[in-house]
Amino acid sequence: MDYIRAFIVGGLICVIGQILMDKTKLTPARILVSFVTLGVILGALGIYEPLVKYGKAGATVPLPGFGYSLAKGAFKGVDEYGLIGAFTGGVTGTAAGIAAAVFFGYLMAIIFSPKMKK
Amino acid sequence: MEKKLEKQLSEEFKNMVDKNNPQSSIIKDCIFAFVIGGLICDVGQFFMNMFLSLGVPQENVGYYVATVMVFLGAFLTGLGIYDNVAKYAGAGTIVPITGFANSIVSPAMEFKREGYILGVGARMFIIAGPVLVYGISSSVIVGIIYYFIKYFAK
Repeated sequence: MDYIRAFIVGGLICVIGQILMDKTKLTPARILVSFVTLGVILGALGIYEPLVKYGKAGATVPLPGFGYSLAKGAFKGVDEYGLIGAFTGGVTGTAAGIAAAVFFGYLMAIIFSPKMKK
Repeated sequence: MEKKLEKQLSEEFKNMVDKNNPQSSIIKDCIFAFVIGGLICDVGQFFMNMFLSLGVPQENVGYYVATVMVFLGAFLTGLGIYDNVAKYAGAGTIVPITGFANSIVSPAMEFKREGYILGVGARMFIIAGPVLVYGISSSVIVGIIYYFIKYFAK
């Protein structure tokens, strides 16, 4: 059941991105930026939470899920440390993803070279 | 005379193709994005279930899944596999967090010849940088608003 829900929720989020790409000529970079920012806003408003409960990885693996974790972390930071938590919380909540992206991104770029374009 | 006709015909044909293409291709694009994006999320779900069954607490499991998915995205980009799938999947490979990893590794590899500092080190953030700038900044704003709502609600 988990897999079906994750597939549908995750697939639909990607379809929204695809429609935006085809209809508005938004570049992938803009899609990524808007999806993360949208995830922060929807997360803060409590709209994304039910999607995470329902779709699990289907909602957390796409980039709005990254935004949701940022917002959730910022709230948690404020709850624990007050105003300074707004600055520490977001990055704390997403530290694993960010550090992994920097570390593995760098590592793979060093190890591999671009493949010939066919 | 014949050449002119040929040119005219080929142009007409091109217009016809252009006119018919967008509509059918957007549906095809969406199906590919749906299936491949969904499958990537299922890979994430698989790891989520695996780590949960290994005893990782619910509130930390997201860290594990994010790390593994980012690793996979970066590794498959290095092998050249991710970009081959991306040709068909479009947003299906861009929107998941594996696409975020892909957006780091691709330019970093491409600009390796410019050196390890300003080539790899700087270019890896050409897309990831803006994502972090807008993502983190909006989380700070949201956190500050939340603080004041809490403060005045007391």
